[in-house]
Amino acid sequence: MDLKISSSVATSGERAAVDAVIGAPAPDEPGALRGGTNLRAVRGGEALRGIRHQLLPVLHSVNDRIGWISRGAINYVAERMDVAPAEVYGVASFYALFSMEPRERRQVHACVDLACRAMGGPREEDLPEGVHPSPCLGACERAPAALVMEAGATVRHELAAPLATGELAALAGGAWPSAESAVASATPQVARGDSTLVLLGRVGRVDPSSLDDYRAHDGYRALARAIEIGPEAVVAEVTASGLVGRGGAAFPTGRKWQAVAGQPAAPHHLVCNADESEPGTFKDRVVLEGDPFSLIEAMTIAAYATGCAHGWIYLRGEYPRALASLERAIAACRGSGLLGDDVLGAGFAFDVTIIRGAGAYICGEETAIFNSIEGYRGEPRNKPPFPVESGLFGKPTVINNVETLVNVPHILLRGGAEWAAQGSEGSKGRKLFCVSGAVREPGVYEVEFGPTLRDLIGLAGGMRDGSELGAVLLGGAAGGFVGPGDLDLPLTMEATRAAGATLGSGVVLVLDRSVDMVDQLRRIAAFFRDESCGQCVPCRVGTVRQEEIVSRLARGTTPGDLALLRDVGRVMRDASICGLGQTANNAIESAIARLGVLQP
Amino acid sequence: MTDTVTGLSVRRAVALTIDGEQVSVAEGSTILDACRSMGKEVPTLCYGDTITPKNACRVCMVEVTGSRVLVPSCSRKVEAGMEVVTRSERVDHSRRMVLELLGSSVDLSLTRNVARWNAEYGAQPDRHGPAAQPGSGRDDAVTGHHEPADGTVASNVHQPVKVDNELYVRDYSKCILCYQCVDACGEQWQNTFAIAVAGRGFDARISTEFDVSLPDSACVYCGNCIQVCPTGALMFSSEHAMRADGTWREEDQSQVTTVCPYCGVGCSLTLHVQDNEIVKVTSPSDHSVTHGNLCIKGRFGFQHVQNRGEPRD
Repeated sequence: MDLKISSSVATSGERAAVDAVIGAPAPDEPGALRGGTNLRAVRGGEALRGIRHQLLPVLHSVNDRIGWISRGAINYVAERMDVAPAEVYGVASFYALFSMEPRERRQVHACVDLACRAMGGPREEDLPEGVHPSPCLGACERAPAALVMEAGATVRHELAAPLATGELAALAGGAWPSAESAVASATPQVARGDSTLVLLGRVGRVDPSSLDDYRAHDGYRALARAIEIGPEAVVAEVTASGLVGRGGAAFPTGRKWQAVAGQPAAPHHLVCNADESEPGTFKDRVVLEGDPFSLIEAMTIAAYATGCAHGWIYLRGEYPRALASLERAIAACRGSGLLGDDVLGAGFAFDVTIIRGAGAYICGEETAIFNSIEGYRGEPRNKPPFPVESGLFGKPTVINNVETLVNVPHILLRGGAEWAAQGSEGSKGRKLFCVSGAVREPGVYEVEFGPTLRDLIGLAGGMRDGSELGAVLLGGAAGGFVGPGDLDLPLTMEATRAAGATLGSGVVLVLDRSVDMVDQLRRIAAFFRDESCGQCVPCRVGTVRQEEIVSRLARGTTPGDLALLRDVGRVMRDASICGLGQTANNAIESAIARLGVLQP
Repeated sequence: MTDTVTGLSVRRAVALTIDGEQVSVAEGSTILDACRSMGKEVPTLCYGDTITPKNACRVCMVEVTGSRVLVPSCSRKVEAGMEVVTRSERVDHSRRMVLELLGSSVDLSLTRNVARWNAEYGAQPDRHGPAAQPGSGRDDAVTGHHEPADGTVASNVHQPVKVDNELYVRDYSKCILCYQCVDACGEQWQNTFAIAVAGRGFDARISTEFDVSLPDSACVYCGNCIQVCPTGALMFSSEHAMRADGTWREEDQSQVTTVCPYCGVGCSLTLHVQDNEIVKVTSPSDHSVTHGNLCIKGRFGFQHVQNRGEPRD
């Protein structure tokens, strides 16, 4: 392409950051330094445009190393990848973790989201100078949390959770998280729940960095079983298990796999959605940090069953420990022939690439994630066509949540029918719940479907001393509130649906009576405004109007505003392109209807 | 199913029901095509006839039996047996709210049909609050952050007009983010990629890299973005100046169709003439060769026609 590049030039550090991902340019390639006999570039075009999916990793590399992305860096990326500077800028400016303005190498992001602010964490206006407000960091069981990131040749990320009193100011002043809280954050939450942990059976018990330890605890037996019974039988077992997607939409996994397996177009892709960003959700992080091999094995099985040659893990940008854990696991699997050209000598090839998100909740949407991986703005696509026909790179794609996938090895080892015997009629199998807030022992709880909300709070040790239940947020910001009168609600998909609630991603945020519910609703409204991609009018403007109306209602009911809020909520639900806009009013509406918040 | 032969390809006809009436259209048509073939009006804002629909505005939504949410008629392809409802309480509510959300945040004064649709659907943009003062910081928005809204005014995209060259202006107070200019500048027509959507959410905006001026950008002044802009956000400088002076009188203008005199392609030009002066140039979007696209010469190179002073030596 005929690029017009401005005179801003990348520094050597910026060039090195880009070259670290896509290699240094050959002397005759665009972006090569000029001089001597090398006076003009002649190669490029098609081959360069074929690496567009490296754009997000390249931008990460610059942001990680330099701390921000300059005009010169954008120009160099544009030349190297044959993408216009305006487009690179459009993509980079989509993500909250990238800065296009100079800033300090060290950045402190304090969570101001629902669980942390309910547990005494800061609000936006309370933050010390220089600390950024962050949406949920996925460390809700140790709220309040903050993440410190320092750019450099080796980027450093440290999570501080729970923040000690005064610690945030110290972090802002240049301190690193205290040893205790860093250690606490590094230790996978010990699984609790009923006595027969399956999905979390290895978390906290096996060494997450040891493939041998994983194999000694049933690891890779399921893949062997899969190869023994063949792809069709694997899909049949998953179908028989009644497994449905755990990301929130609850689509039957077996049907999705069947649809992709039968697609004639090639290649097929497998995407693992690990962009866990729903406020209050941290189950995937616990699995990834504590049992990374189970995801790799599950993905290998899924790929084998559906004919996928490559797997992509789209991992939340704010999960540095999960990233390190996965990278170690993938390297170990490659070294042992469990990933590569001939997995287990069974004659099929499969490998995995990790793509880091960069601060965009919308990229957890199943089609926005494709655009993000492909190097475009993370805007959702129209459906139809559905991912099973046209997904990543326009090819048939299986996209599953982390929790969904890690069910699969257990299903194969036990058999689909036996797995389906667990749980209730409408919710088969087992479920991870992210219990946070005013309970004695917040954490990830694994249960066989069936316990009520009261049972689950009991598993988490009951309410903290001196606490009294005010409300529970089920399913995250896209879910809804229930009240103390709903404690006997069974936490199954059918029971919550019948009650007008949702399990969503498994969030159970328990709020004490003293929590300011209006403040929670204002945060939810602000969250959706920040996270809307901006593509469609109902969500782009509706989330703004929703925040304005909630602000007005918070000061006292104004005539017509409740009706106006219903109107805005309804058009977002009916006419938004994707699930973000369609659910952006749910929690607020439920708080008004069930709990009487913002009512006169 | 009947077969219709169109040129060399065979496109089957697809039968569906719209508002209870049976209709048959060629396979691959959209619901909007089918509605228009029946003479039904479906409002559209971001839809343009030369650009692949982005279905971003969501004003053309219809009900389709079996669909949980409303469906964008501009881009959903017809399917055999589909049952479509183009007017219902639910559809009308959605259209009314989209018109209100846009009307309360964007200057739609030059967008065709909006006043009529507001009346038809009962849209009252004013009920979202008094308009916020125009701001100048939209290009510096920090992604993922915003100043908390107190709700005393309705946030909007009003901002100063960008005037940085002699040929056209960009008044993003009027931008509904239809993406058409980006697609026309980029892969769908011009392959120049001078502009893209930048930022996110309500701060999403059409921008060059780092908001550099057009002369510093890759813009080649083909003006194809002006051609597709549905809201008057992109406008000839001549038109912008005349509107500012109060001398723009569209009702007194005539349109003269001619062929571009510059090169051998022979693009069709439509000269918009007021008081015997060319005030802007468009090109018919249904032209089989150019589809409304021109280059800088055809679009802006008309001044020589009306230099009526003494010829220079």
